[in-house]
Amino acid sequence: MGNINFTINGERIQAEQGQTILQAAREEGIYIPGLCDHPALPPEGACRICLVEIEGQRALHTSCTYPVSEGLVVNTNSDRVRASRKFNLELLLSDHPMDCMTCDAAGDCLLQDLAYEYDVSEDRYQGTKHHYSVNDPNPFIQVDRNKCILCRRCVRACREVNGVEAISVFYRGFSAYIGFGADSSMDNSPCEFCGSCVEVCPTGALWPKMSLGEGRPWQVERVQTTCPYCGVGCQLILEVKDNKIIKVDSAWDGPSNHGWTCVKGRFGYDFVHHPDRLEKPRVRKYLLDGKKKPAASKRNPEKEGNPWQWVEVDWETALGITAGKMRQIRDDHGPESMGFLTSAKCLNEENYLMNKLARQVIGTNSIDHCARL
Amino acid sequence: MPVLKNISELNDFRKQAKAQLSDREDNKLTIILGMGTCGIAAGANQVADAVRSELKKHKIDAEIVNVGCIGMCHNEPLLDIQQPGQPRITYKNVKPAMVGKIIEKHLLNGEFSKRWIYGQLPARDGTTVEGIPTYAELPFYGKQVRIALKNCGIIDPESIEEYLVSGGYGGLEKALFQMTPDEVIEEMKDSGLRGRGGAGFLTGLKWEFCRKAKNTPKYLICNADEGDPGAFMDRSVLEGDPHALLEGMIIAAYAIGATEGYIYCRAEYPLAIERLKIAIKQAYTFGLLGNNILGSKVVFNLKIKEGAGAFVCGEETALIASIEGKRGEPRPRPPYPAVAGLWGKPTNVNNVKSFAIASQIMMNGADWFNHIGTKKSTGTAVFALTGKIKNTGLIEVPMGITLREIIYDIGGGVPNKKEFKAVQTGGPLGGCLPAEALDTPVDFDSLTAAGATMGSGGMIVVDQDTCMVELARYFLTFASAESCGKCVPCRIGGQRLLEVLTKITNGEGTLADLDEIERISKYMQEGSLCALGQLTPGPVLASLKFFREEYEAHVTEKFCEAGVCEGMFTYEIDPDPCTGCGLCAKACPTEAITGEKKEPHVIDQSTCIQCGACYDVCNFGAVLVKRKHELTVIEPI
Repeated sequence: MGNINFTINGERIQAEQGQTILQAAREEGIYIPGLCDHPALPPEGACRICLVEIEGQRALHTSCTYPVSEGLVVNTNSDRVRASRKFNLELLLSDHPMDCMTCDAAGDCLLQDLAYEYDVSEDRYQGTKHHYSVNDPNPFIQVDRNKCILCRRCVRACREVNGVEAISVFYRGFSAYIGFGADSSMDNSPCEFCGSCVEVCPTGALWPKMSLGEGRPWQVERVQTTCPYCGVGCQLILEVKDNKIIKVDSAWDGPSNHGWTCVKGRFGYDFVHHPDRLEKPRVRKYLLDGKKKPAASKRNPEKEGNPWQWVEVDWETALGITAGKMRQIRDDHGPESMGFLTSAKCLNEENYLMNKLARQVIGTNSIDHCARL
Repeated sequence: MPVLKNISELNDFRKQAKAQLSDREDNKLTIILGMGTCGIAAGANQVADAVRSELKKHKIDAEIVNVGCIGMCHNEPLLDIQQPGQPRITYKNVKPAMVGKIIEKHLLNGEFSKRWIYGQLPARDGTTVEGIPTYAELPFYGKQVRIALKNCGIIDPESIEEYLVSGGYGGLEKALFQMTPDEVIEEMKDSGLRGRGGAGFLTGLKWEFCRKAKNTPKYLICNADEGDPGAFMDRSVLEGDPHALLEGMIIAAYAIGATEGYIYCRAEYPLAIERLKIAIKQAYTFGLLGNNILGSKVVFNLKIKEGAGAFVCGEETALIASIEGKRGEPRPRPPYPAVAGLWGKPTNVNNVKSFAIASQIMMNGADWFNHIGTKKSTGTAVFALTGKIKNTGLIEVPMGITLREIIYDIGGGVPNKKEFKAVQTGGPLGGCLPAEALDTPVDFDSLTAAGATMGSGGMIVVDQDTCMVELARYFLTFASAESCGKCVPCRIGGQRLLEVLTKITNGEGTLADLDEIERISKYMQEGSLCALGQLTPGPVLASLKFFREEYEAHVTEKFCEAGVCEGMFTYEIDPDPCTGCGLCAKACPTEAITGEKKEPHVIDQSTCIQCGACYDVCNFGAVLVKRKHELTVIEPI
């Protein structure tokens, strides 16, 4: 418990020096709504949804930016605060497409949740709405500025977390919008397509192109797994519908990635369901028949019965043949005739086992790793 | 000139400069030209060329001195002639063609073309010329008390010598060598000076907060990002007396313990930046900036940062972001800049005038200053007087003076026999006050209580021909376009408020829209991130408060009594005052006006396009703005 005493909604709270009202409230389990705030990002104070009433202050203040101080008296849910929040939500929805029926983010959209919570159902203003084209040509991320609420979570994720600075705000006032590079397309900017912006976007403004129309959040099973690509071991959450991965999120509780991941982990999952993917081991027919390697001139793997033909086998058979061949090389030519190259995609444990295989089983020190090259 | 290493070297240099200047005044003919941006825009460069060629023609030896703006925009270009030992005589509205005659008469024949003369400034020994009013006798200057503008238009802004002779850097000398930093802050607090940028926070207290902040280094910033339409107070100080600003800043840096400073000046002020650069260079040369100022241990380095023209960068946190090279957007406070400002370090931001006044307070003492003005708003206020007023210009008046005195005594009232309607103070984020409020004293608290704001000093007078709804819409258009777009209430709220006003001026408004204005305004005021969003509804709310009938006429009768909102009025000719002079018929572009000579004329409503040409040319007030429809249409609520 911290050393600063203050009051929220009549309840006495203790907080650490330097915490914001929102952080302290969150630790105490007190709910304050917000759109631009994200626990992994520095506060912005832009959306004005987390406004609270502070005794002695004329205007309302954003709890995401206001530091706690001794004796502060805060009200997070007064009529005044709720009316102001509702006003800001009405404004946001007055420049929003209202197409939740077909929006991929429906059900996974903070704006929708808050509109429900604050009972904002119609466009009160009937004023000018933006009609941006949705045509960013990059291969991974759909950019729909019509759904953007300018919370700048993406800007902060790109700048403060990744240090890439591919995303920024262009123009001023009602004409302001989120843009990339020098106001260009995403693939014409320094963007590395890590998708962190997509991960933190509270609406459907940034959405993976591969996931469009594939399913709604409540239709999927969420499976946490480790990314197969490299040894960092990012924790990913696969959104699976009908036994098919339709979207990959990065897990905030991943001990090595803390909610972030890279382009491969987030978007490189199409191999899983690719028709070319081998699902069982295969060996050449002549190996299965225990024959000698035939002449290359006879090579015709497509032809049934050809000694070069690929034959699907079980793991036992495949590994048995491989092990037999390795043993044969060692015995015929000596352990130094063999070398081992391992992969950065393997875990430490797997690399360790490879090392054991090389040194103890085969008896060679010729082992290397692709990351060293 | 070498670096000044102590006070006696400064005083020696001042004496030397004084002797030189007196010598010039006593022995040399001096021609002084008003070369502020205002003067140059009015044609001062052409006048200067004419002066040079005339002097050459008559083989007259004269010193030509360029000065900043003296505040009389309505009389620019200005040309002053000062003969040895004689008063300085000001010619107004000088055109290049007039220069030859002025020089011939004044210098060769010793005659004065009185109708071209504005007034005179007495010579050093008090000598005046009879028959010409002195500045102090003229209504425009009589009621003014010039502190921030003390030297503007009087001294050559590019000459540190002239500034020193006027007593310049005397305040710095006193602060640096006779007072501790805490004493300087106490003096500032005693003076009661409130920030002249508009918010009116006690300057001394602000300095104290920054002084007490633990972190180092500390930064000092001058906010010279003057962006209100029709406001040019800061520009005038920068162009006319840049050393006054530097002196105030060095004093503040000493008091706070700041070692580095920035002047954030908008790039649209090229002349101000040029003169600032000259002044800063001079200050470095003479050891008034840099390490060991005047031989003391005080270090203060100063740079100019040019702003790129965003109005919001006048907000101090946005200004700081802009100096850091970031997008000019405000950030929420707390933490205040005094704790975490530029580069996260303690920072003090003051307006140009606050610094210029601070140097005078140091020079003359807190008691001198707090006896001017009112108890809670001490000193003077600088206003840029514009709009429908005879004497447009820059004035400095003691706080507590009434709006009536400013507008009628100093400003000369509304021209062309039109009626005063309202005065807007505080720029596009301020508010307007009607004729009934003319006796309101001009000070921070009274103006706020009346429904307007002090702001940084814009004062726009409007007459009967101004539609208050359209005026509010104009200011709102400006403020919403200048919103940075960061927070929702300002970015979208400003747009929606503008849409409601546009609906009303287009004749599509309803009574419910008036409530909607108040509703949107209320939430913008309490929920916006910075003062820009919080104050954007100000002008609309003030005009709705004081001119509600006009709004109601727009929505219920679709009538704009000022004859501004398109399609919401007609022009008719009142046969009584109409003399049948025919001017209106000649001016009409659609030949809608007919009538016999010397007989009342008539407007054919089917061809009239409401362009207002007839209204503008009629000398008898016979063209009237009338309701378009006979029937009053009342909108359902």
